[in-house]
Amino acid sequence: MMKPGTRLKSAVCDAEIMIIKIAESDDLTCGGHLMAEAPEKTEGDADSMHGCLIGKRYVNAEETIEVLCVKSGDGSLYYEGQELMTKDTKKLPSSD
Amino acid sequence: MNIALLLQMAAEACPDRCALTHDGRHYTFSELYNGAERAAHHFLAAEVKFVALMDVSSPAVPIALMGAAMAGVPYAPINYRLSEAQLKPLLDRISPAYLITGEEVPERQGWVVQSSEEFMNIVLAGENPDLTWHDDPSAVAVQLFTSGTTGEPKAALLRHEHLVSYILGSVEFMGAGEDEAALVSVPPYHIAGISAVMSNIYACRHIVQLPNFDPEIWLALCAEESVTSAFVVPTMLSRIIESLQQSAMESEALASLRSIAYGGGKMPVPVIENALALLPGVNFTNAYGLTETSSTITLLDPDDHRAALEQSDGPISARLGSVGRPLPAVEIEIRDEGGAVMPPLQSGEIYVRGPQVSGEYEGRSVLDDAGWFPTRDAGYVDEEGYLFLSGRADDVIVRGGENISPGEIEDLLHQHGAVSDVAAVGVPSEEWGETIALAVVTKAGQIITEDGLRELIRQHLRSSRVPEMIHFVSELPYNETGKLLRREVRQWFATEAI
Repeated sequence: MMKPGTRLKSAVCDAEIMIIKIAESDDLTCGGHLMAEAPEKTEGDADSMHGCLIGKRYVNAEETIEVLCVKSGDGSLYYEGQELMTKDTKKLPSSD
Repeated sequence: MNIALLLQMAAEACPDRCALTHDGRHYTFSELYNGAERAAHHFLAAEVKFVALMDVSSPAVPIALMGAAMAGVPYAPINYRLSEAQLKPLLDRISPAYLITGEEVPERQGWVVQSSEEFMNIVLAGENPDLTWHDDPSAVAVQLFTSGTTGEPKAALLRHEHLVSYILGSVEFMGAGEDEAALVSVPPYHIAGISAVMSNIYACRHIVQLPNFDPEIWLALCAEESVTSAFVVPTMLSRIIESLQQSAMESEALASLRSIAYGGGKMPVPVIENALALLPGVNFTNAYGLTETSSTITLLDPDDHRAALEQSDGPISARLGSVGRPLPAVEIEIRDEGGAVMPPLQSGEIYVRGPQVSGEYEGRSVLDDAGWFPTRDAGYVDEEGYLFLSGRADDVIVRGGENISPGEIEDLLHQHGAVSDVAAVGVPSEEWGETIALAVVTKAGQIITEDGLRELIRQHLRSSRVPEMIHFVSELPYNETGKLLRREVRQWFATEAI
């Protein structure tokens, strides 16, 4: 289980994420390899390298997991084998 | 989860973009980030319990806020206008602290005291320390002293998870274009001053600081720095509008200004109507929030303003006096005194729930079992969920965005030998939102003058506590349980309210 606020790095690229919504499983990968706090660097799987972008929020179809990309990378994010997609957030006017 | 992440991401995505302008000097996002890292190193070395800032806005504000977050030390901004007697107990409560201030303070053991300039000198240069962030979402990020109903300041605690939830839920990362600039004129010890720093940094929007609000300088800075957005309290807006109407300033000078957000007190409808008419190209947003809710919880957006203006009558037109609808992650309920949830259009106390809501003071949470926070504000929602405020559930006077406890003034005057009884109440004012009115009962055979009372309050409290109106009366109205009927006192002044 990964708690909100947990920060993880990609093993294959520069990407870093922070968990927003609690994830039941630890099966979160980037570029085909498990993300970790200090992962050992390795080569990414060529078909899992669609990139992830800083500031975007990523969810699975059921929205049982949500992560925030805090550093862009070349790898793409997967949770329990399912590729995560960017979440559409409502744009609000600036209030501060 | 740590609020310093907001600055880290901005520095990662646009390191060389201008992040802040103060007194004509510019700072990039990477300069702020590196400054915060060095600040964190100094805070840790000082082994203090708090990082406190008691000064006007300067680049030291975002750097100390973010540096304290990295170091895992709570940040406690303090009002620099407090009298010595008010300040001492607050400093006792944050001891030992790393205090950044321009004021003279008595020496205290274990404290580091620096001016904003000295602090900036040591954080803007030198090696970057090897720093591991303190990363606990439930750690206290900010402790803000609010003026409570009893007059004794309460320390509201905002944890990293509350503040980060607020920003992630309301601001799009790098949502600002490179040409955007936000004029920030709210003081750094106000929740709006904290949220302005965090929101604009996460949006990667250039902040232009105006340390001491003045309508002429505000307008001049807008033109000079091509300001595109600003947050103001109602009093500031009314003075800006006044100044704009009086000055020969061409409206092209404000051509860059696209949006104004306002909040921090009740906006008189004539003021916002005037503003909308005078600045037709500007998008207005009304934001309602409290310290304990990490700033904004409801918004009346620009489309709501326009829709309200187009109607001359009816519920949509009335929304110009509303604070709008809750943010996506925020829920609002109106409850009566017994706790029952009220239907639309019925007044009661406003309760709020959501991940940004802290509702916690030093060691004490006031959230109920289901996580709802009683705001102590009274109001109702219309059929479409728009929230209307009808005043404080308690009797705090909100003058120009500043909360003033009547007890503070009454306590002082009760000490006056010639005063038998006294009540301070807030009465509506177009300029200040609310202004202070005083009803005084004089002891038999004694004489007090209005000027004498005003001078006493000015000396012991602050000029903002000096009443606009004073009535001498034979007695004050109480109910059978001895509770002062403030509503009746307010009515005495209602006819001459300005």
